[in-house]
Amino acid sequence: MSPILIIVFAPLIAAIIAGFGNRALGNTGAKVVTTGALFLSAILSWPIFIAFLTGDAIAEVVPVLKWVQSGEMTFDWELRVDALTAVMLVVINTVSALVHLYSWGYMEEDPDQPRFFAYLSLFTFAMLMLVTADNLVQMFFGWEGVGLASYLLIGFWFKKPSAGAAAIKAFVVNRVGDLGFMLGIFGTYLVFKTTSIPEILDAAPAMSGATIGFLGMRLQTMDVLCILLFIGAMGKSAQLGLHTWLPDAMEGPTPVSALIHAATMVTAGVFMLCRLSPMFETAPTALMVVTVTGGATCFFAATIGTTQWDIKRVIAYSTCSQLGYMFFAAGVGAYGVAMFHLFTHAFFKALLFLGAGSVIHAMHHEQDMRYYGGLRKHIPITFWAMMAGTLAITGLGVYHLGVGFAGFWSKDAILEVAFARGTGLSVTAFWLGVTAALLTSFYSWRLMFLTFWGKPRWIESEHIQHSVHKTPEEAGEDTTGGYHPHESPLTMLVPLGLLTVGAVLAGQVFAPSFLDDAAFWDGSVFYNANLIAAMHAVPYWVKYSALIVMILGFAGAYLAYIAKPDIPAKFVGTFGWLHNFVFRKWYFDELYDRIFVKPAFWFGRQFWKLGDIGTIDRFGPNGIAAVVQRGSVAAKSIQSGYLYTYALIMLLGLIAAVTYVLL
Amino acid sequence: MDFPILTVMMLVPLAGAIACLFAGEGSRLIALLSTLATFALGVLLWINFDNDGAQWQFTERYELVAGFNYALGIDGIALMLIMLSVFLMPICILASWEAIQKRVGEYMAAFLFMEVLMIGTFAAQDIFLFYIMFEAGLIPMYLIIGVWGGDNRIYASYKFFLYTLLGSVLMLVAMFWMVATAGTSDIPTLMQYNFPVGAQTWLWLAFFASFAVKVPMWPFHTWLPDAHVQAPTAGSVILAGVLLKLGGYGFIRFSLPMFPVASAEFAWLVFALSMVAVVYTSLVALVQADMKKLIAYSSVAHMAIVTVGLFAFNVQGLEGAIIIMLSHGLVSGALFLCVGVIYDRLHTREIDRYGGLSINMPYYAVFFLLFTMASIGLPGTSGFVGEFLSLAGIYQVSTWVALVCTTGIILGAAYMLYLYRRVAFGAQKNEDAAAMGDITAREWAMMAPIAAVVMWMGVYPESFLAPMREDIKALDARLVLAAPESDSQLVVGAPKESAANAVAAPEGYEGEGAH
Repeated sequence: MSPILIIVFAPLIAAIIAGFGNRALGNTGAKVVTTGALFLSAILSWPIFIAFLTGDAIAEVVPVLKWVQSGEMTFDWELRVDALTAVMLVVINTVSALVHLYSWGYMEEDPDQPRFFAYLSLFTFAMLMLVTADNLVQMFFGWEGVGLASYLLIGFWFKKPSAGAAAIKAFVVNRVGDLGFMLGIFGTYLVFKTTSIPEILDAAPAMSGATIGFLGMRLQTMDVLCILLFIGAMGKSAQLGLHTWLPDAMEGPTPVSALIHAATMVTAGVFMLCRLSPMFETAPTALMVVTVTGGATCFFAATIGTTQWDIKRVIAYSTCSQLGYMFFAAGVGAYGVAMFHLFTHAFFKALLFLGAGSVIHAMHHEQDMRYYGGLRKHIPITFWAMMAGTLAITGLGVYHLGVGFAGFWSKDAILEVAFARGTGLSVTAFWLGVTAALLTSFYSWRLMFLTFWGKPRWIESEHIQHSVHKTPEEAGEDTTGGYHPHESPLTMLVPLGLLTVGAVLAGQVFAPSFLDDAAFWDGSVFYNANLIAAMHAVPYWVKYSALIVMILGFAGAYLAYIAKPDIPAKFVGTFGWLHNFVFRKWYFDELYDRIFVKPAFWFGRQFWKLGDIGTIDRFGPNGIAAVVQRGSVAAKSIQSGYLYTYALIMLLGLIAAVTYVLL
Repeated sequence: MDFPILTVMMLVPLAGAIACLFAGEGSRLIALLSTLATFALGVLLWINFDNDGAQWQFTERYELVAGFNYALGIDGIALMLIMLSVFLMPICILASWEAIQKRVGEYMAAFLFMEVLMIGTFAAQDIFLFYIMFEAGLIPMYLIIGVWGGDNRIYASYKFFLYTLLGSVLMLVAMFWMVATAGTSDIPTLMQYNFPVGAQTWLWLAFFASFAVKVPMWPFHTWLPDAHVQAPTAGSVILAGVLLKLGGYGFIRFSLPMFPVASAEFAWLVFALSMVAVVYTSLVALVQADMKKLIAYSSVAHMAIVTVGLFAFNVQGLEGAIIIMLSHGLVSGALFLCVGVIYDRLHTREIDRYGGLSINMPYYAVFFLLFTMASIGLPGTSGFVGEFLSLAGIYQVSTWVALVCTTGIILGAAYMLYLYRRVAFGAQKNEDAAAMGDITAREWAMMAPIAAVVMWMGVYPESFLAPMREDIKALDARLVLAAPESDSQLVVGAPKESAANAVAAPEGYEGEGAH
């Protein structure tokens, strides 16, 4: 049996056992089964990845089961393993296994643990189906499967109204993207008469000059298809316009945020672009759309990140922003670079989320950074892990020394390649990326300073007040309120430790393969050797731009939150409108509520009351009844005798039929 | 096969129905056993059906009076719909086990009698036999709504009656004309008969009047929410599960093969009504406060995807439409069962009276979630396969229709998840709702089989596609000449010479580009 079968189906089986076994199995049983399955998958994934790194592996497709055959349209369940899949396998399974383990500690007191672990494993299965898909429809299966798991996990604490609302929002907004994905699949089938990804990629270049009718317009075929598919990617990867669900998704437990809303599911859109990269390379306009969307998102989300108080929301906007980087990297044709950032980001962002979870755990479920402060000494291991994550995301590293944290290698490569691509659009994306890097550094250090430095402000938090049974007045001078934050248990610290290793080393170790080794990718993504060469040849100021803005961001955050803590308030006082605009997330939620949600309900009511009842029924059945009654044609028979009338008409009809035939 | 299995499948429930009339309280068991026996015969029927064999199998034929025959026989499409009917029937009996307390014998007899007529409708090979079965099948439904229904049952059944009457009269007239012209009432022969193009137009409209009401298509749908709301649970299950499929079956069996030219001419009408239906009824579903009404409106939206699929004139559209019919039969039936389960406990269908049921009814919440997801077409469930194929089919005809109808996946998710949230999520705000117990063994026996088939159809739909593949191919071959032109019209031009992001190698670079 091929190991990929075990890798993919072990989590599914574990999810079924834990989900249906539930109480019979008990908390420990469910945890052991699911976590065991995930560690098994993770351990089996690494040799596959290493084999591709060393060039010992060749791509294969393992058939599983027939799925659909309808006329010429056929697609089956099958598992594709190539270099691109192998990268995703280690990312998904490693992070998932660690998140499972972490959840032992984090979810310790939850009454509903088997359900939680079953959902986590189910998610992992769906994600694996997505990345091993050999046809677009199976990819869509995984796509929707992760959407389901995300829905269930965001709504895991379903008693909270906000969790239920966030879960629906995530699903429905994603469905808007899925509309594009589905139409993209239909169009692709129409053009290529297949949904098999390798066949489509082979045939795509020949269609690069073709035109097609779409909604009455005549457009470039490949641009239409790729833009439709990209709309799907925008939904799943929370790109500008379809991003509104991601911050709300933080309603889910923190391990979920780390696994689904940072490391894996939200990167599915980037994965899709890379998987279909030879197809996108035939669609210049679509790639421009990708570049613009990515560049805009990375900037837009970073601005919001600088103003939020909820520690998880800061990281959520950071994720949104980092996904923007990956997209514009893909947009300028550097798919390997996009995948590299996906890879490193998975480690350091999962680390940041799990670190934030550890802080939240220590602070009695308080998530508001205004009530943190001075935690450095109290939870030192968490602090150092978060520090590694912050250095990784802000991209500390020095080009001439050839050393740096993970983010240095991948984010700098993205900025360089955007600059090297040399079109007006790509250079714009470069500048947006640099600005976003400045903001990234600022909000990341702001998070660190507010959380780990300064005086404790704990007693202001209601959660802490509940814990110590004191009001701020009673606590007086002692702003800790006598609360003692405690370091997390070992099950949570071990994943933090392992991810720290990833955040520090993943860039350094894997950069040569991901960035420069065409043989590693072996055609699984479109590899543009000239562009990569140009990337290495950019001027030094470009290479150092990210480091410079990182230092500026650090300095700004230091100034505003350590040296002169009154600056933020002054800024808000002077530029209140700007702060409001950014703090309220550019008013996207308000806007969508006004143009989509409210009108949908309004139209629904109008259609129902005025359409169905007021028009169709009034002039239809009720109108006829009124006419009949007014004509006093045995009004009573309509009330009680209609059945017989009906039977009689039928009988007469039949007699007529028989007579007719006989004659 | 010489054994007249189709006739026997009708005789078993018929005998059961007669026995029930006299059995009183014991009729529950009689009904259950006879529906189970019929289901067992159905399984036998499916096993013996030869996917690659003749188009019409298990044929029986007896001359009654000149020209009017008792002729039965099924193709793969009819087989699947018969299976759907006989599968749902025992579940309906179980659903009525405790809910129906007055005139149980008559109630069970009505159900069994309806089963006879449904099998007859799908198996009929004589156009007049079809007509009798098709129309008579609705009489037990009137009774079920009118006698065992809710408070406003008279209005609901009156509406049902009024809508159906107009359509069937026109259809009957059309049938006379067809039989006179073609000289036969044999359906397979008529399916191959080429009616004059001019006549096809009015024949098509006459049949459309009947089928559009049954489907139901917008704006002939307003009887459905009322009928569902007033019907007892099992009545809703059969109404949604099988009776709504009669319209779609009618299109496949009559309108499309017998009047292909007119079907193509009127495809725009079907598309327009279906597009309106998807958006309009989905939005109406969103604002419903009554669970059954919400699901009833969602049925109209789903059936609209069936009609666009049927009139896409290609294999994917047709097969997708039939799979949706099967899937919707199972899923909306199951959703009505889900409503019934809590209605039996609290006697209200008002959504706001529930909330937080995941806490006290966890297994119920799981089943409800599964059927909700199937209803919104999550891949891996039956709903997806049908919806995907049907929409893929229509995309090949019109991108506009595909776009508008695909918005159904967004709106469907919105109203179903909103329903689920209000029922199963949130806090337990009503004490009586919070005190309800989880599903019983009887309710498990209703839900679990449907859940299993929903998953089966989602993961391995081949079992359901294979029997009808040849029939669809034959139908498609007949339709292909009349098929409307696609609005996509791919024009292949000269390919571009390089990739979109091709760049020149930088100076001094000795890589691949330098060679």
